[in-house]
Amino acid sequence: MRTSILATGLSCLAFAAAAETPVLTVLTYDSFVSEWGPGPAVEAAFEAECACDLQFVGAGDGAALLARVQLEGAGSNADVVLGLDTNLTAQAAATGLFAPHGLTAPALPVAFDDPLFLPFDWGWFAFVHDKTKLPSPPKSFEDLAASDVKIVIQDPRSSTPGLGLLMWVKAAYGARAAEIWAGLADNIVTVTPGWSEAYGLFLEGEADMVLSYTTSPAYHLIAEQDDSKAAAPFAEGHYMQVEVAGKLAASDQPALADRFLQFMLSEGFQSVIPTTNWMYPVVTPAAGLPEGFEQMRPEVSLLKSAEAAMAAREGALAEWQAALAR
Amino acid sequence: MASRIGTLIPAILAVGLALVVLAPLLVVAGRATGFALGPADWAALRFTLLQALASAVVSVGLAVPVARALARQTFPGRGALITLMGAPFLLPTIVAVLGVVAVFGRSGLVNDVLRLLGLGPVSIYGAHGVVLAHVFLNLPLAVRMVLQGWLAIPSERFRLAESLGLAPRDLWRHLEVPMLRAVLPGAFVVIFVICLTSFAVALTLGGGPRATTVELAIYQAMRFDFDLGRAALLAGVQFGLCAVVALLGWLLVRPAPFGAGLQRAPVLRQVGGWRRAADALVIGLAAAFLLVPLGAVILRGLPGLAEMPDAVWAAAGRSVAVALVSTAVTVMAALVLALGVAHGGRGAGAMDAAAALPLATSGLVLGVGLFLLVQTVVPPATLALPVTVMVNAVLSLPFVYRLLLPEARVLRADYGRLSTSLGISGLAWLRLIVVPRLARPIGFGAGLAAALSMGDLGVIALFASEQGATLPLVVQRLMGAYRMEAAAGAALVLVLVSFALFWACDAWGRWYASA
Repeated sequence: MRTSILATGLSCLAFAAAAETPVLTVLTYDSFVSEWGPGPAVEAAFEAECACDLQFVGAGDGAALLARVQLEGAGSNADVVLGLDTNLTAQAAATGLFAPHGLTAPALPVAFDDPLFLPFDWGWFAFVHDKTKLPSPPKSFEDLAASDVKIVIQDPRSSTPGLGLLMWVKAAYGARAAEIWAGLADNIVTVTPGWSEAYGLFLEGEADMVLSYTTSPAYHLIAEQDDSKAAAPFAEGHYMQVEVAGKLAASDQPALADRFLQFMLSEGFQSVIPTTNWMYPVVTPAAGLPEGFEQMRPEVSLLKSAEAAMAAREGALAEWQAALAR
Repeated sequence: MASRIGTLIPAILAVGLALVVLAPLLVVAGRATGFALGPADWAALRFTLLQALASAVVSVGLAVPVARALARQTFPGRGALITLMGAPFLLPTIVAVLGVVAVFGRSGLVNDVLRLLGLGPVSIYGAHGVVLAHVFLNLPLAVRMVLQGWLAIPSERFRLAESLGLAPRDLWRHLEVPMLRAVLPGAFVVIFVICLTSFAVALTLGGGPRATTVELAIYQAMRFDFDLGRAALLAGVQFGLCAVVALLGWLLVRPAPFGAGLQRAPVLRQVGGWRRAADALVIGLAAAFLLVPLGAVILRGLPGLAEMPDAVWAAAGRSVAVALVSTAVTVMAALVLALGVAHGGRGAGAMDAAAALPLATSGLVLGVGLFLLVQTVVPPATLALPVTVMVNAVLSLPFVYRLLLPEARVLRADYGRLSTSLGISGLAWLRLIVVPRLARPIGFGAGLAAALSMGDLGVIALFASEQGATLPLVVQRLMGAYRMEAAAGAALVLVLVSFALFWACDAWGRWYASA
């Protein structure tokens, strides 16, 4: 205990010594901060040009991040929140804690414009499978429901991909969503609390397919030289996850926060995204996209607006629970 | 020890403990805008209760024959087997789940064998899978608690029974049943309450929203709906359930009336014949059930060891430091509480309940409440490690306390008057009587606390900064970054370090007790 108290004291001293350099605090999800995420490279690149100290604070996943913002309220010492997705931004906007960014959003596969939140990367949800074990994967949700292919998915109540899947089915089928879920019930091996448990179970061979992203096979290709994984194209189109950042109105470094948001759309930030976050950058880097990112591009992109996603959430969740509880 | 200070310290400690556990809940409730539970919450409550009940009954029920077989048989490697069989309890939840899946899953060993025999596959996903995984995780604890009880029966009683020519059936009635009545309720309460707050196991193996536990409902209320009132209410219900069960356990416990022994090493009265064969079968089955998934964890982790980043070792160092400090705190606090409760008198029941409270804590509510308390004073990230130490100490206290209590009672009954008449009190009493007599459970409890602190994740995630990650958090970050192999390697390091800490403390206890 004594050593940790000492360490705390020392770190407070270190804070005091660095007080002349302005500190920009960015609240983000945990995997962004980790040494395998974009955090370290982004920090180095921004600090090289801002004459400031960029500090990331990790807070679980995207949903935990929103809860954290709400917990901290106006007293937060964070300046920027990075990593919410559009299924959560309506709730975030409603807190009144965010300030307009004043920038033009980059072009995405779907029209996107939000005065409070600026996208920094995006991806398509998809079911990933092993080509050697499942050579002809289902081509749609209906196809999947009719097959005996086993899938593992994430719980929408505890994970952002899980919520994304809920919105995907809702966006594709509307009033028929409950029927689709009822059809999928016998395909679902299990529902995990988060993405990593589901992906882990899939790699262990517990399911034929897992809900992940179209870019997941690229990880295996680039990091493991393994080209056996593929994302199955679905005829309904693929729901998008658009990850955004926003500036907190109570920030004591508003100018620096603006500068960071601008930097977020530049090469120094965007070039890091593909092979650390395994998502599409919103601005294609000078070197182009890494191999595997062009392998599967859905023809139809689905995305509910933040307000529509918020409005649909409760009903969609109830349908999901009712269909799978049988 | 009968002095005023001697009774005051445990009472203050119990109040402090209740405050640490309840204050965060009240803080969360204070931020609430309304309190209401929906039908889904009641369904979650029902599922939670049923699975916890089934898990605790099966764990404790199986522990009796296993512990009995281990207590009355000797064979080479018995000590090592007992230690090793304790390992599953020390596994981080997600690692344990993957271990269980590797054996019982769709492409696991059991189904491979069934396929060879031409039989259909069995599915682990569902309520039965949840119970199976909970038994895998908690049977080790139950076995150790019951075995501890067997070993605590003074060897003189067995000798007496032997010289009287008592048959095993009479031994069972006169020695073993009274011991079980003293030990089983405590074991049942602990395991029931652990399973009550289960989250990842229930969700991952439960197969879908039918397997929603109260902890998941809290998670949802807190994170997706930001409904702090519902979260606090659900956490309150969880506390209430724990209190009821702890009270029932308290009412059922009967201190074993064996009297003092000379503290000789327990004499194993080995039984032969068909009983020996039956014992061998029981031990073999339990060992296979516990060790095969453990072997799967090790096999999965080995290839990953080579590709682990340096961050793993730094985090391992941090985790060990946290574990050692919180273990020291826990053991001292648990000892004080156990002696205080064993001393009896007014408030003993309340102290006993206070010592069980942390078990029923929702990790999320505790973390969020502490976060709300801390953030008004300092940036939470600066307190990540001290808060983790405190939370680990509080959360592992009930286990250590449960282990110490039965023997503290025996100690009180057997040596209380003698100590008073000899005028031994205070530290001398602790040094001369308590520590030597209780070394075995103290060592085991310390090992358990150290290993639990290594594996804990619940609260640090809210407080952790870039630099302060502990080993479980690094495992989770590796998994989140697709690095499943490296994550399995880091998980193996976590298991090995936890186990080494556990073994060192446990071995100290056994050595000290027999020296």
